[in-house]
Amino acid sequence: MQQLLQELSHKMTPHAPPVTPTVSVPLTGVGTGMIVSNVTKTYGAGEFTKQVVQNCSFTIESGKLTVMIGPSGCGKSTLIRLLAGFERPTSGTITIGGKPVSGPGLDRMVVFQETALFPWMSTYDNIMFGPRARGEDTPEMRSFAELLLQKVGLDGFRKKYPAQLSGGMQRRAELARSMINKPEVMILDEPFRGLDAMTKRLMQEYYANLYEEFRRTTFFVTTDIDEAIYLADRILIMTNIPTQVRAVIDVDLPRPRHVEDITENDAANAIKMKALGLLHEEAMKSFARGSKAAADFIDAYARRMAKE
Amino acid sequence: MVAAAKALSTKFAGFVGGDDFWRGIVAIAAFLIFWEAGSRSHAWFGFSFPWVSQVPAPTAVLQAMFKLVQEPSFWNSAFLSTLRVFEGFFAAMVIGIPLGLAMAVSRIFFGITFPVFEVLRPIPPLAWVPASIIFWPTQELSIAFVTFLGAFFTIVINVIGGARAIDVRYFQAARSMGSSTWDIFRRIILPGTLPSIVVGATVGVGITWAVVVAAEMISGMSAARTLRSSPE
Repeated sequence: MQQLLQELSHKMTPHAPPVTPTVSVPLTGVGTGMIVSNVTKTYGAGEFTKQVVQNCSFTIESGKLTVMIGPSGCGKSTLIRLLAGFERPTSGTITIGGKPVSGPGLDRMVVFQETALFPWMSTYDNIMFGPRARGEDTPEMRSFAELLLQKVGLDGFRKKYPAQLSGGMQRRAELARSMINKPEVMILDEPFRGLDAMTKRLMQEYYANLYEEFRRTTFFVTTDIDEAIYLADRILIMTNIPTQVRAVIDVDLPRPRHVEDITENDAANAIKMKALGLLHEEAMKSFARGSKAAADFIDAYARRMAKE
Repeated sequence: MVAAAKALSTKFAGFVGGDDFWRGIVAIAAFLIFWEAGSRSHAWFGFSFPWVSQVPAPTAVLQAMFKLVQEPSFWNSAFLSTLRVFEGFFAAMVIGIPLGLAMAVSRIFFGITFPVFEVLRPIPPLAWVPASIIFWPTQELSIAFVTFLGAFFTIVINVIGGARAIDVRYFQAARSMGSSTWDIFRRIILPGTLPSIVVGATVGVGITWAVVVAAEMISGMSAARTLRSSPE
């Protein structure tokens, strides 16, 4: 933790030179973008059909951090599964670099919100899982794993099992496990959800640094608007279920990002107000299903908005 | 290995001398005293306790045991029973674990084998004894078959349950990292099912022991039966 804080504070000072990797394996580089085109996903059949995604289209731009934010239960996790290839859309296409997505693959790695580290393997074995699965257990790969372990600050924990790591450390181990496979697109599904406020903020700062160093095409899903604005190059605001893109907001704030700048920045706050307005509208639609309690809630909220 | 032994001994040392330990000692001692008193109630108190007085006292049991351990036939039959247990149990592990894993992994195989398996499972192992006497050529085999059945169903059910309980996200993560089906089997399914295999084996061996004595009784001609029918 000390090491991590030192590293972070070193990076937080202006004009700090970027830390260059000391391994010859190419690390930086822009990945390929993904295009989601008119995708619909329906579950169930007959009278139990449930349409989760409807005619949804968006682009994940190459080399940029795209953040998707939407009300809870709007279908973000379904979109993640479709992008990763664990499921197929009912209609519409998803392409990566022009080629259609047909199943899970190395080019799109997902970091889930609940840890998916294999509990019976140590941290080091978890990270080396991908290379070993493909028979790439080379000295080069091993030194890359070492580098990643240092980068995520888990150097001293390589022999520990996931159950012995804290929530934040598990997240970092998963990041390392995904990154060793050098995916074209990194997909993160609310990875910092459930962490305590301090760890969450540290992880956000840490992840922003990591992104700024490697500039990999990233798709990040969250429900936290502050996190979204802090990390994103573009924000996609989703509608209520069945989900579509409600709005696309470009976040033109300079990099490297600092949390203090974001909270005091006028442009950032304007984006936040706009996004919050849209999100609350969408969230209220799921409440407004004809119950008296919902009507009261909407009424109370409208009064609050009028006061502000 | 050494670390495990040390951990075990500290755990044990922590337990001995603790409150729970002494409560256990007192409870067992009280139970033995109650039993002794109950069995000898007629001689000691003049009236008989309702059920306990029918049972021989623990001291009488100890005396009989001392006599028994001196007879070689006792050890011979204990050895035979143990042998039968392990024959049946070992066969159940060797056949049951791969079968359970195959059923968990392949829907088609599961669909074919599970109905038959579930129809046979409720039949008590002891009900198989007459059938297995007719079915198997030797007596040893027929007893081993019954003990096999005792453990087999338990092990298979535990293995299927354990493999099914592996979180689907582990499979998703492994697939997206480029694991082949064999790699997934070796590095996800096997380690993930291991706790359930151990549970199945533990429960299975207990059932096998319960079954072997009864199987021997019914099929007859074992030294254990000869011993049981001899006067105390």
